[in-house]
Amino acid sequence: MIRLVGVSKSYDKVNNVVENLDLEIKTGELVVLVGESGCGKTTTMKMINRLIEPTKGEIFIDENNILDMDKNELRRNIGYVIQNVGLFPHLSIAKNIAVVPSLCKMEKGLIDKKVMELLNMIELPPEEYANRFPRELSGGQQQRIGVARALANDPDVILMDEPFSALDPITREQLQNELLKLQATLNKTIVFVTHDIDEAIKLGDRIAVMADGNIIQYDTPEEILKNPINKFVEAFVGTDRLWKTPEMLKAQDILSKYMAVIGSDRSVAHAIELFKKHDTDVLVVVDNALPKDKNFVGIVGIDRLKGVVDHDTKMKDIMKVDITKFNAEMSLVEVLKIRKEKNISVSPVFDEDDRLLGIITSRSILNVLTGIIPESEAY
Amino acid sequence: MNLINYFIENADLLVDKTFEHIFLAGIAVALACSLGVPVGFAISNNAKLAKNVMNVANVIQTIPSLALFAFAMPLFGIGAKPAIFALFLYALLPIIKNTLLGIHNVDPAIIESARGMGMSEIQILFKVEVPLAIAVIMGGVRIATVTGIGIATIAALIGAGGLGQLIYQGISMMDFDMILAGAISSAVLALLADFVLGQVEKKLTSKGITKQKA
Repeated sequence: MIRLVGVSKSYDKVNNVVENLDLEIKTGELVVLVGESGCGKTTTMKMINRLIEPTKGEIFIDENNILDMDKNELRRNIGYVIQNVGLFPHLSIAKNIAVVPSLCKMEKGLIDKKVMELLNMIELPPEEYANRFPRELSGGQQQRIGVARALANDPDVILMDEPFSALDPITREQLQNELLKLQATLNKTIVFVTHDIDEAIKLGDRIAVMADGNIIQYDTPEEILKNPINKFVEAFVGTDRLWKTPEMLKAQDILSKYMAVIGSDRSVAHAIELFKKHDTDVLVVVDNALPKDKNFVGIVGIDRLKGVVDHDTKMKDIMKVDITKFNAEMSLVEVLKIRKEKNISVSPVFDEDDRLLGIITSRSILNVLTGIIPESEAY
Repeated sequence: MNLINYFIENADLLVDKTFEHIFLAGIAVALACSLGVPVGFAISNNAKLAKNVMNVANVIQTIPSLALFAFAMPLFGIGAKPAIFALFLYALLPIIKNTLLGIHNVDPAIIESARGMGMSEIQILFKVEVPLAIAVIMGGVRIATVTGIGIATIAALIGAGGLGQLIYQGISMMDFDMILAGAISSAVLALLADFVLGQVEKKLTSKGITKQKA
C-alpha cells in the first residue's frame, strides 16, 4: 500500500505544484493519475520514488516512511517506466533488462534466468532479441523492454509516466492490452500517469482526476463516468464521450444516408426484390413526377407486404403516408422520445427546406452509440 | 631518389626525432586529457561556468603558436618543458569542448531512467554518461593529437627537438631532402596517430551506438 499524507511540493516557495494531497493506493491496484498538463500528476508520481522530494508531508510504502529510506535503495525496489523509454543505447537488450538486478548484485545465473523469463513474457524471444541493441527495435518493442526492465527486480510497486503516449495508436492499444494482461497475473501496485482519459478509463482500477495540484475525484472508472463529482470532472471525462452526453448528438448525426429507394408506381414484386437486394426492411417511396429533391412521398416497411396477394399492387397503395417528420437539428434525446411515444421504428429526417436527408433506424442509432459508423452499408 | 637515400642514411636520426616528437605531443595530449576530461564532466552541470571555461580555452586557442611558445619560455626556460606546456594548452580546448558536447548529447531521458532505477551519481557517470560520450570525447582527443603533432614541429625553435628540427636545419642549410624528410615524417605521424586513435575510439564505443539500424 502506498499512502501520501498532506503532501505538498513547491519549486519557488510561492506556488504549490502539489498542494496538501492525500492519496491511498491499495496493494495490487492500478491507479491512474490523470489530468491536464501542469496539474501536478507527474510531480505526485515522482515523489513516490523521490526523484522529486516533497516540500511538506509524508509518503509511506507499506507503513515505511520513504523519506527515511536510502534513495537509491528505494528506487531499486520500485519499477520505473517513462514516456521516452530511456533504454541505454550502449547496452544490449539483455543488459538493459539486467540493470537493476546487477545494481543489486544479484547472482549472474539468476539474472540471466530472469532476463530470459521476462523476454519470453513480453513475447520477444530471447534467442532473437537478447543480444540486439535498443536502436534496432521499434518504438513499441522498446517500450516493452522498458516495462520488462521495470519488472526485473520483481518490485511490488511500479511507476509509469505516460509510458504509451509517444506510440502510434495501434501500438499504444496493444501495449495497453498487454499491460492489463500482465497485471492480471502479476498484481503489482501500479501508479500510472496519463493525460488521456480514455487510457485512464481503460487501464485504471481506480482513477484520480487531478487539477491544480490536487485530486478532484478518486474513484473507480465507472463511478467517475456515472457520477462525476463536479463540472470539471464532467467536462474532463465527458467532452468526447457522446454516449455520456446524448443531447450533443443531433438527428443529422445519427441518420443513415444509405436508403433503398423505390418509385411509387412500382409493384410489390419489385419491392420484394429490393428488400432482398439491399438486405433491409424499409424502403423510401418517391414519386418520380416530383422534383428530385422533394420527391419523398412515403415509406414501406416489410410488414406492409403481409397479406398482399396481388403482386401487381403499387407502392402508393400500401405505403405509409402519415409520417412523423424529424428535423435535422433535433437532439438524440428528442428523437428517441418521439420514436417511443409514437412507437415508430423508421424516422425520416428533413432539413429546413423539407429535403430528405436520410432515415433514422434502430440500427443507425446503435451504430452511433457503439461508435461504429460504417463508411457505406447497403440497406 | 636522393630523398629515399636520405631516409636510409639518416634512419637513426629520424627515429630519434620521431620519438622526440611523439614524446612532446603525446605527453601534452595525455596531460590535456587528464585535466580536460574531468573538467569537462565537472562543468557540464553548470552552464555559466562551462561558458567561462570555454571562453578561456578559446582565448588560448587564438594565441599564435609561436607566441605561445615564447610565453612559455620565461616560465620553463628552453627545451621540452615549455613546448609541452604550450602544446598542453592547445590541446585543452578540443578535449574540454568535445567532453562537454558528448555529455550534453546524452538524452536526458536516459539519465532520468538511470536515476529512477536507483543508480548513484557515480554509477550514472561511469555506467551511462562516459560510455555514451566516449565517441565524441575521443573525437576531441584525435583533433588535439593531430594539431599537437603539427604544432610540435614549431617547438624545435625553442630547442624542444622533434621532427621540426630537421625542417629548420634543412631550411638554414638549404637541404631540401632534410626539409622533406622532416615534413613528410611529421605528416605521416599525424595520419598514423589519427588512425590509431580512430581504432581505439571504435573499440571503446558500444556497437549499440555505432551500428546502423538492421
